[in-house]
Amino acid sequence: MSKWKHKHLMDLQDTTRDDIELILETARSFKEVSSREIKKVPALRGKTVAMLFAEPSTRTRVSFELAAKRLSADTLAIQAAASSLVKGETLLDTALNIEAMNVDLVVVRHGASGAPQILANGTSMSIVNAGDGCRAHPTQALLDIFTIKEKFGSLEGVKVTIVGDILHSRVARSNIAGMIKMGAHVVVCGPSTLLPVGIEEMGVEATTDINKALKGADVVMALRMQKERQQDAFLPSIAEYVREFCITPERLKMANARALVMHPGPTNRGIEIAAEVADGPQSVILEQVTNGIAIRMAVLYLLLGRKT
Amino acid sequence: MSTIMDQEQVRRAVTRIAHEILERNKGVEDVCLVGIRTRGAVLADRLRKAIHEIEGVELPTGILDINLYRDDLTIISKQPVIRETLIDFDITDKIVVLVDDVLYTGRTIRAAFDALVDLGRPGCIQLAVLVDRGHRELPIRADFVGKNIPTAKEQVVKVCLSESDNSIDSVTVGQGGAR
Repeated sequence: MSKWKHKHLMDLQDTTRDDIELILETARSFKEVSSREIKKVPALRGKTVAMLFAEPSTRTRVSFELAAKRLSADTLAIQAAASSLVKGETLLDTALNIEAMNVDLVVVRHGASGAPQILANGTSMSIVNAGDGCRAHPTQALLDIFTIKEKFGSLEGVKVTIVGDILHSRVARSNIAGMIKMGAHVVVCGPSTLLPVGIEEMGVEATTDINKALKGADVVMALRMQKERQQDAFLPSIAEYVREFCITPERLKMANARALVMHPGPTNRGIEIAAEVADGPQSVILEQVTNGIAIRMAVLYLLLGRKT
Repeated sequence: MSTIMDQEQVRRAVTRIAHEILERNKGVEDVCLVGIRTRGAVLADRLRKAIHEIEGVELPTGILDINLYRDDLTIISKQPVIRETLIDFDITDKIVVLVDDVLYTGRTIRAAFDALVDLGRPGCIQLAVLVDRGHRELPIRADFVGKNIPTAKEQVVKVCLSESDNSIDSVTVGQGGAR
């Protein structure tokens, strides 16, 4: 297997298939650690991981925090709303101050695309992108890929249908980048106003026809309707979206009988996904959450466990 | 490279260690085998088969990856690939026979102790190795040894096992280079 060469994790665009395979393989071992009575290994003892979150997050922040703790790293969480960022300090200044306290790695979430890259360029710490604007959310994509691979053994030839607000979705962008590298056939589907122009250039099939998108799908991934990013009138109404695109039990029948239902969370039940589907037997939504810790442990281990 | 053990000698050593484990523990009650990845796991599996042939009992056998417990994890330049630890039985109060191919500085075994106690509290841990080449840096000794090989520190001991190395079993000693 190839060796890990990266200092940062910004996007799956910059990683090779070998890199992704290595992360998945490492995560497989770490999943076992979380199932133990003593859920901790000493691999990152003495390392410090800071979580710098300038946007709300429960799952991702908690997941990174548990991942770091299960590797014995020390963690600190900085919420933008309760930090000097509200006093006018720039993100980079905040990061430089964190660096001055000898922190080894920063997990960043920011509403502006490219914010993590600014920290990677401006500091000497390792940076992990935990979601930047509409651009990328690599660990979410990795845990989605991990979950699919665990169920099907491989992504080669697997039809993955991503439904919803593709335009604003960093989860969709990272998943497309990663899944295509892993050999999946990715279809994106949503109202035409929420399908980015030129998305086909990423190697996906784009359609506004939900029936066509779901037909024969092995994985159905519903994206959260991002109300906070809907200031501009992309949709006539939420009710219309529900009528046309909500993943209902009836619609799900168009996919393969053993198709997986996925959602990156948080879910708006009854909007992008029906409650019966989210809680149904095909749903792996909570397994995605469990696998998220293993993936983040693998990423932290690979970035911090190397000689510096 | 000079050959220290050939296929037959490796086979006899494994059979003898199997007998010694049974003799020391007066049977197989509460005994389990845990091999350290990669070649220790192969040897543990061979011991399991050998003990099955002698006693007709299948011992619980697991695989331990000790890399996360290494004391040099963040200073070695070649980052180890982490593999799964596969121990699907409770080791608490069991006699755990830890199996590895070569006993050298003892640091791998120290890491294995840490890894094991995170999984449970064994009644006791015994150590079985195919080769003891000396040069311990920690106060650790093996309970069962296939062969003691006096070596110089700069020498390299190479163990090949058919299951893991795609060649016939052998133990060879050569000069220089990292093991």
